[in-house]
Amino acid sequence: MAHSTFAINPRWPGGIVAGLVLALTLGTLCAVAIRAEFQTGFGAADWAAVRFTVSQAFVSALFSCLLAIPVARALARRQFRGRSALITLLGAPFLLPVIVAVLGLVMVFGRNGLLNDAFGLVGLPEISIYGFHGVVLAHVFFNMPLVTRLVLQGWLSVPSERFRLAASLNAPVGRLIEWPMLRTVLPSAFLVVFLICLTSFAVALTLGGGPKATTVELAIYQSLRFDFDLGRAALLALVQFVICASAAIVAWKVTSPDGSGAGLDRAVQRWDGGAKRDVLVIFLAATFLALPLGMIILRGATEVLSLPTDIWKAALRSAIVAVFSSALSTVMALALALRAGRLAAVSGGLPLAASSLVIGTGLFLLVYPFVNPAKLALPITMLVNAVLALPFVLRAMAPAVAKIETDFGRLAISLGMSQQTWIWGVVLPRLKGPIGFGAGLAAALSMGDLGVIALFAGDGQETLPLAMYRLMGAYKMDAAAGAALLLLTISLGVFWVCDRGGRTVADF
Amino acid sequence: MLIFDDVVLKQGDFSLSVALSIKQGAVTALMGQSGAGKSTLLAAIAGFLSPDQGQISVDGVKLNQLSPAKRPVSMLFQDNNLFPHLSVLQNVGLGLRGDLRLSAIEAQHVSDVLTDVGLGGMGDRKPAALSGGQQSRAALARVLVGSRSVVLLDEPFAALGPALKAEMLDLVKTRLAGRTIVMVSHDPADAHRIADTVCIVADGCVSAPVETKELFANPPEALSDYLG
Repeated sequence: MAHSTFAINPRWPGGIVAGLVLALTLGTLCAVAIRAEFQTGFGAADWAAVRFTVSQAFVSALFSCLLAIPVARALARRQFRGRSALITLLGAPFLLPVIVAVLGLVMVFGRNGLLNDAFGLVGLPEISIYGFHGVVLAHVFFNMPLVTRLVLQGWLSVPSERFRLAASLNAPVGRLIEWPMLRTVLPSAFLVVFLICLTSFAVALTLGGGPKATTVELAIYQSLRFDFDLGRAALLALVQFVICASAAIVAWKVTSPDGSGAGLDRAVQRWDGGAKRDVLVIFLAATFLALPLGMIILRGATEVLSLPTDIWKAALRSAIVAVFSSALSTVMALALALRAGRLAAVSGGLPLAASSLVIGTGLFLLVYPFVNPAKLALPITMLVNAVLALPFVLRAMAPAVAKIETDFGRLAISLGMSQQTWIWGVVLPRLKGPIGFGAGLAAALSMGDLGVIALFAGDGQETLPLAMYRLMGAYKMDAAAGAALLLLTISLGVFWVCDRGGRTVADF
Repeated sequence: MLIFDDVVLKQGDFSLSVALSIKQGAVTALMGQSGAGKSTLLAAIAGFLSPDQGQISVDGVKLNQLSPAKRPVSMLFQDNNLFPHLSVLQNVGLGLRGDLRLSAIEAQHVSDVLTDVGLGGMGDRKPAALSGGQQSRAALARVLVGSRSVVLLDEPFAALGPALKAEMLDLVKTRLAGRTIVMVSHDPADAHRIADTVCIVADGCVSAPVETKELFANPPEALSDYLG
């Protein structure tokens, strides 16, 4: 059979990256498996952690989906000023450091929060944000906007002729058009959220805890950090991997790649009323998302400048880790995108099923016999953050790389371009936009990460999220709000700078 | 001479047999239904497909083992003939050397060729700042600065209006005189305008080249089916 004889994209860098990713995900898992203490078996507390992990993820995904439907429907039908700003805001939780959002939620729903103040005024009993419902609340805060965007995309992908047809036939729009659309969009959205919530660590660390509200991830952290029970931590890490891997495999089969939000700017013209309800829904959703952030900004603004130097040092540490981690993630994603094919796809998706605590535990077990793990806290955090961001960066870059190859690969080959000229002279200049976006994403994700660092950090190695967590633990809420505002500003700022930098130089 | 020595190209269920030779310096049009294999044949000459059987050679040089860049063949594609982020000068310079490093003499040569195709003084522009016709001229200039003896045209001017297309074809005919040109065409008028000979691609075979005038005066069944 005739076949294409020559390829211009280099394949070996992708091979190296794939090896590194496999070593960090599956290799650390082996290190974990060797140490796991199977004979002691699974205690009651461990089972409780598994049950809690799965049930909170299920409920979080369910509520995220149920609440997203009316919001997406309202957004699809209404055109108003600030609509595109609101849709942008819906994308923000992805970049938002978890710990910042948690603090914001505590300020609204916590013991001294806005809601309890209001309840106190009218004589209602106090509610608590800690425990199962608090974890679910935080997960809904993060994931409801994501599902809203996915469902909104579904709504807007229905050709407007169909709504016109339904209107002219006086047919039930819901049964004829909307329900079939939701049936294709919702299952994958549900699974994505379920998967994200399974690996959630920082939320459980801050809002969960105790025997009733401990996730497997949190149990791993506690057995390593407090009990120093390596065998149990390893066993739990293995369980966590199995949970995530099975969810990821299911998600892989049902998900279609989501768009970047392109084309969400228009509203569907409809003829079936419901304007007042739509307005109310949009108002409630916007309040739910904006209020916690508003509280952070309000309370933090007065505190930022009086933050102790320790916090500024932690911020600098975080920023340095974020820069290196982002650079590494971007280079790795580029190598995988150039390689394409199955190995690249698998190693680009594998980190989604891995958890930073499992990788962290594996690395801890590997380095522990040789050096004090605390000495390697920052380099390891950088590496793990880069790998965990890889799927998202790859997703931002791979389609663009593939298009460059389809458009110009043959031309470059026939002109006798070297791989070096191809990469530096063609691929990189044409890829500035996606590179900027991907690098910004990786930097923001690393900035806000509170995972593996919690496992390793000794004194004087805190990153900003960890320092903030410790402030919250010490009930220094004002200082925590200041640190949160700083963290929020740097995270979004670093994303904005990268994304902007990539876009302004793109030429067509 | 461009010679196809019992060449067979296969892609999945599709198979194309070619056994013919094309004279040095001739302009030959490939005509046939879409999907008949015209572009496949060009891809094989350019080196993007290797034949399952047989040998393609140019002036006695066997092509099968040569990479696309080493073949004495330049190609103009349907679209994306210019890199949008490179200047016209850089784009055309790529026909001279593939590493984007032009010496002063080479740059001068490129400028001269640009002037020759009517793009004098436009070397610093990006392709987006050129009209469609000018972009075609720039792509043609890149073929001109090189000295490869075979030029393949995979309908590069299809997006141009009739008058511009005719102008470009005339430019091909005059500026590339002496080179062996193989062009894919859907439009009989293109073949009429510049082709010396025509090969009909149909039913998995490529016919031997026939004089253009003779062919249209006396069209075989495959061609009259196509022309309707």
